[in-house]
Amino acid sequence: MTVTTPNAAAAPRTAPDLSRHSLPLGRRFRDRFATVLIAAALLVAIVPLGVVVYEVITRGGSAMSLDFLTADIPHDYRAFGPGMGPAITGTLLITGLAALIAIPLGVLGAIYLNEYGKQSPLARFIRTMADVMTGVPSIMMGLFIYVMWVENVETKSGFAGSLALACLMLPIVIRSSEEMLRLVPDELRQASAALGARKWRTTLTVVLPSAISGITSGSLLAIARAAGETAPIVVTVGLAFLSNPDLINGGNTTLAAQIFRNATQPFAASTQRAWGAALTLVVIVLLFTIIARFVASRFATKEH
Amino acid sequence: MTTLDHEKPELSAKGGVGSDRLFRWAVLGAALMVLIILALILVTTANEAMPAFSESGLGLITGQRWAPSDPHSPIYGALTFIYGTALTSVIALIIAVPVSIGIALFLTELAPRWLRTPAVTVIDLLAAVPSVVFGLVGVLVIAPGIVPVYSWLHDVLGGVPLLGSLFGEPSSNGRSFATAGLILAIMVIPIITSIGREVFSTVPAADKQAAYALGATRWEMIKGAVFPHSFGGLVGGTMLGLGRAMGETIAVALIIGASTQITPNVFDSGNTMASVIVLEWGESSGVHTAALIAIGVLLFAMTIIINVAARVIVRRAEIRMKGAASS
Repeated sequence: MTVTTPNAAAAPRTAPDLSRHSLPLGRRFRDRFATVLIAAALLVAIVPLGVVVYEVITRGGSAMSLDFLTADIPHDYRAFGPGMGPAITGTLLITGLAALIAIPLGVLGAIYLNEYGKQSPLARFIRTMADVMTGVPSIMMGLFIYVMWVENVETKSGFAGSLALACLMLPIVIRSSEEMLRLVPDELRQASAALGARKWRTTLTVVLPSAISGITSGSLLAIARAAGETAPIVVTVGLAFLSNPDLINGGNTTLAAQIFRNATQPFAASTQRAWGAALTLVVIVLLFTIIARFVASRFATKEH
Repeated sequence: MTTLDHEKPELSAKGGVGSDRLFRWAVLGAALMVLIILALILVTTANEAMPAFSESGLGLITGQRWAPSDPHSPIYGALTFIYGTALTSVIALIIAVPVSIGIALFLTELAPRWLRTPAVTVIDLLAAVPSVVFGLVGVLVIAPGIVPVYSWLHDVLGGVPLLGSLFGEPSSNGRSFATAGLILAIMVIPIITSIGREVFSTVPAADKQAAYALGATRWEMIKGAVFPHSFGGLVGGTMLGLGRAMGETIAVALIIGASTQITPNVFDSGNTMASVIVLEWGESSGVHTAALIAIGVLLFAMTIIINVAARVIVRRAEIRMKGAASS
């Protein structure tokens, strides 16, 4: 902010000095001090991010190899050597299935909120509760699916993990998709209606395609968040040392669960595997985040 | 928009009225899933937790003794975990709130345009890091490294009456309420920052310009024009952060040191509601499992109340702000 100089013509003959230097020392100092503190706050956020990135890359990098990405997980925590293959396939399969459940449901829910419900009391209530649902602790989704599914089929499985992750993703997808649907100009809907299209057809063939980039981006961010979730997986998925492509039967495992399990062991070998798994997980999450950003920016101008 | 539904018979489109009605029911059903899931969570988990409630009654909340492995008379008192959750969340907020407000002010009032995008990216990345990775770094890097700092604080402040009891002898491996609070703060900062940015950016430009016109410095402008407008929104954002801090499980489970005790010493180990569930889940059965689920139900109820209140406060603040901007 610059101090505007008074209009020369309108100014009194003895124009007061309005520059910074005429400020009392105390006020000037307080302003400076606050500015420094505010800038320092950003530094406080950068430092932990830097520490996390540095530690994960250096420590995880030393455990990384092609073998690490494909080999099975050793049964003995004390045994050195690679193996996170089953956890990587588990992460991708469980998160993928969760996305298949949550994204269509979430997008349909968003269509209700933006195209049908709008400002009706029910829609507003659902909107608030979706916001609230994003704040439900992830462990609760795990307990919920444990009670609802695992206890009834009497086996922990990858599918149970997918259900728990889908519950976590649903409100995120609904809210982000609704934001995107709101950006679609009404003229498109009216033009489609004028051509005689029914509302469902207008929604599916006109409104949805013009918001699809934003919806994709929001969904990818939801996937990235779900891929890193640990607590619901630990509660519902059980344990596996070999790849288990069958999500319905038998235990499974994910990278996040393996990081947790290995980090709780006091052995150097398991710690090293935890760092390697952390690096792999961070790369996967970042990949989804970057793709989401790319999709959002690349196709953002489509509506205009 | 209501005109869309209005059709003359001779113009009726292919597919009949039935297709529209079907679609409407489908999307309504999808939206209702949110309410159904939330209701089901409450009903099913509360039902599953009943054995623990009937076994311990109110003692489940007020009892300090947690001895689930006692074969004859196991005792389930979760007060220590409630205390741990409260203490770590408070520590997290004490650190995170000023920092988040600072970052939000930096992004809305201070940062030159070229710096804004990279700064926002830093916050986004901080939010994208999985909590288990924070936990891993916390337990293997930060906890051992921070013990000297704790010892120094203990030496300096430990002698002060009353205050000194907070800064007691640090645990040898650094796993403690304070370390857990520190890591929680890092995870909460992106949430409070994003709400802070939202409310700060809705402060009417006229108010800010008016403050400057009266000769205010930037800090005086922030104090006089930005803060009064944003107080409600900031309270809401802080509560959202509180909800997140209370519910965080894995990072805390790794860092807090898992001991069942109530102590004012923030440098000592403890446990929280969320972390005890995940730490004892594998070896629990019967009433023990029910007791863990009961702790989950308590946590769920607390976070729901906090989140609903926070959303209401944020929304009300936004409406008031928009009213002020348009009038």
